[in-house]
Amino acid sequence: MTIQKMLEYTPYELEAQAKQKLLTDMFTQLTEHHYQNCPEYKKILDALDKKPSAINSVESVPFIPVRLFKEYLLTSVPADKITRTMTSSGTTGQQVSRISLDAETSKNQQRVLSKIIASYIGAQRLPLLILDSKTVVKDRKLFGARGAGIMGFTIYGRDVTYALDENMQLDLNAVNDFLDKYRDGPILLFGYTFMIWQHFYLKLKEQGITLNFGENTTLFHVGGWKKLVELKVDNETYKTELLRQCHITRVYNYYGMAEQLGSIFVECECGHLHASIFSDIIIRNPYDFSPMPNGEKGLMEVMSVLPTSYPGHAILTEDEGIVLGEDDCACGRKGKYFKILGRVKNAELRGCSDTYASKFR
Amino acid sequence: MPANLDNITILYSDVPSLQQMQNLPCLPPFDEHVCGFLSAVGQKLLSTPAAKAYPDIITFAFFCRKANLAKLKENYGTRIANRLGRGVSFHIAPSNVPINFAYTMAAGLLSGCCVIVRASSKSFAQTDIITAAVAQVLCLPEYAAVKNRLAIVTYGRESDATAMLSAMCDVRVIWGGDDTIAQIRSHPIPPRSFDITFADRYSACAIDAKNYLADYDAAKTAQDFYNDTYLYDQNACSTPRLICWIGSNADICAAKARFWQALHSYTAPRYQVEPVVAMDKLMTECRCAIGLEQVMVPPHADNLISRIQLSALTEDVPQYRCAGGSFLEYDCTDLTAFAAIVTRKYQTLSYIGLDAQELKSFCTQQGLCGVDRIVPVGKTADFTLTWDGYDLIETMSRIVYTA
Repeated sequence: MTIQKMLEYTPYELEAQAKQKLLTDMFTQLTEHHYQNCPEYKKILDALDKKPSAINSVESVPFIPVRLFKEYLLTSVPADKITRTMTSSGTTGQQVSRISLDAETSKNQQRVLSKIIASYIGAQRLPLLILDSKTVVKDRKLFGARGAGIMGFTIYGRDVTYALDENMQLDLNAVNDFLDKYRDGPILLFGYTFMIWQHFYLKLKEQGITLNFGENTTLFHVGGWKKLVELKVDNETYKTELLRQCHITRVYNYYGMAEQLGSIFVECECGHLHASIFSDIIIRNPYDFSPMPNGEKGLMEVMSVLPTSYPGHAILTEDEGIVLGEDDCACGRKGKYFKILGRVKNAELRGCSDTYASKFR
Repeated sequence: MPANLDNITILYSDVPSLQQMQNLPCLPPFDEHVCGFLSAVGQKLLSTPAAKAYPDIITFAFFCRKANLAKLKENYGTRIANRLGRGVSFHIAPSNVPINFAYTMAAGLLSGCCVIVRASSKSFAQTDIITAAVAQVLCLPEYAAVKNRLAIVTYGRESDATAMLSAMCDVRVIWGGDDTIAQIRSHPIPPRSFDITFADRYSACAIDAKNYLADYDAAKTAQDFYNDTYLYDQNACSTPRLICWIGSNADICAAKARFWQALHSYTAPRYQVEPVVAMDKLMTECRCAIGLEQVMVPPHADNLISRIQLSALTEDVPQYRCAGGSFLEYDCTDLTAFAAIVTRKYQTLSYIGLDAQELKSFCTQQGLCGVDRIVPVGKTADFTLTWDGYDLIETMSRIVYTA
């Protein structure tokens, strides 16, 4: 099986057994590839005594912790093949992940993203309003995951317009012009969860402006919920408020990470995040990393068939989640559907080496 | 200078201004009033119902017993005969070990100094219970001589108390690790004053496989080792992280099986591995695999104990530290390879089935610049008046020389 072949399926058509078979095959190949070509990955598997040949299920694919990408630049292709080193956005002061991308991985990320998005909005290119600032994509040197995400999305759109100016201020004229032009037809909106809330929604609300995007508008948004959780804004509230302030009826959140661009997990009409045939999700018990039954909370392992230039096909995240079910979501999509509960909390460790300095002048 | 006490919480003090402590007389080490006061605090704690739930308070109370203090004094013999406390000692206790402030306070008082101790700004029952006992004892007329020699304070980062107290102290005692020391050192102390610093340290355990198998009860040893490690999340400086197994391959193999099995049985019902700690352990296994030569992680049924078998000892081993039950193991026939990697960072060498005197001779003969403590398994966290290579009584007192 190859990505090329997999693209012949629609993203949510395979049921558990068929998907398990296909992914086991893909992940065995990928694990073998990275084992042969990424020296650090090989050392890890050797130390843990995990052999690519021992893989007999999706659950048995060796996984590596997401933090590894913050400390090491892991690459499974010759250095001259690397076209871009992607960095995760990461909040200030945090170390960021660095991901080595070659032409093939980038291309596959783009194709799979298209495939997944198209399954929601159709294959045609729609007028696209980015709820962010153009500066994020302008400077190629600063080009992080945020810029890449926007760039990746622009290919689904035409007449790409930015709703925020260089200073992250709402450009109401641009938004209104765009709306006047495309009011009747389908419109595509894209942005980052918190940015939309902070720089678009709240600004409109402050100024008492309501917009009417209407029934044919679809918004995709991605990014962390941490700051919104602090503001006590959950997904329900988010949708309700965007409906009230802008009359956007179709709002899809998706879960994606810089370490696995492309094979995103998109929310369905029932509010569940879905794994496509290009990805999978396994909830692991923190006690022993064993897979947990559906409905139980644990650490989320995310899997993607796309990474060939870096060993990121099976990553244990620091997020907790619950798989709600498989193949039986009311939206009709096959595959696992799940929800994310947020980042695991930091341990309050005892002991004398402490983190005192930051709290104490 | 009037003390700016806006941002400082005085838990105990009997002076109108902390600066006045500079004018109090210096006492000889183990002064009878001080010893009497500490043993009264110990007794008070032992009769305080709330203290019973805290084994660390009980251990401290036993440290304060009259007989123990008398024994400690006797051990010093004539070494403290011509000494007086240096004056005001200012102690910054670590934020994560609740009981530490009590020991550093006791050491300061026993040395003959006045003590200002900054307890953790985190809320710990231990701080409240001990402070209450201290205050009650110091209300009694028989301890009037000690009453004004002690202040227990706490304050947050916004306070300028560190600057003020640093400017007036004769000895500054800084617990809490490298970053804290760097922060505190930005505040000047008077010219004759100095710091006693407890930096981030690294500790190891040496086990003679054959003697362990022959002479040690597996369950009891597991309990002792648990107290050295999991009891404080394997996050104290003295907690073993590197284990050197000494013996033949066959003995080491048998000893490891017995040791880790027993530790697992003891730990499983007592210790909860938090998800982030499980992640840290996996991360450490991966970091070791990448950064060290040919490491091997033995299969483990769960994330309680993470073991990383090293094929060689290198100086960068302390970089691979991880709290919550992560152990590097090295098999050897003697401690030569260990001695070769010991740096100033090494603090405690605990042991099983080995002789302390022989280990001490070995370390001194090798001229090691690290390893300040050699203690049996189970005793790594026990407070003694000698810590990190400092004799706290001698360091906080001065000699009155006569010719």
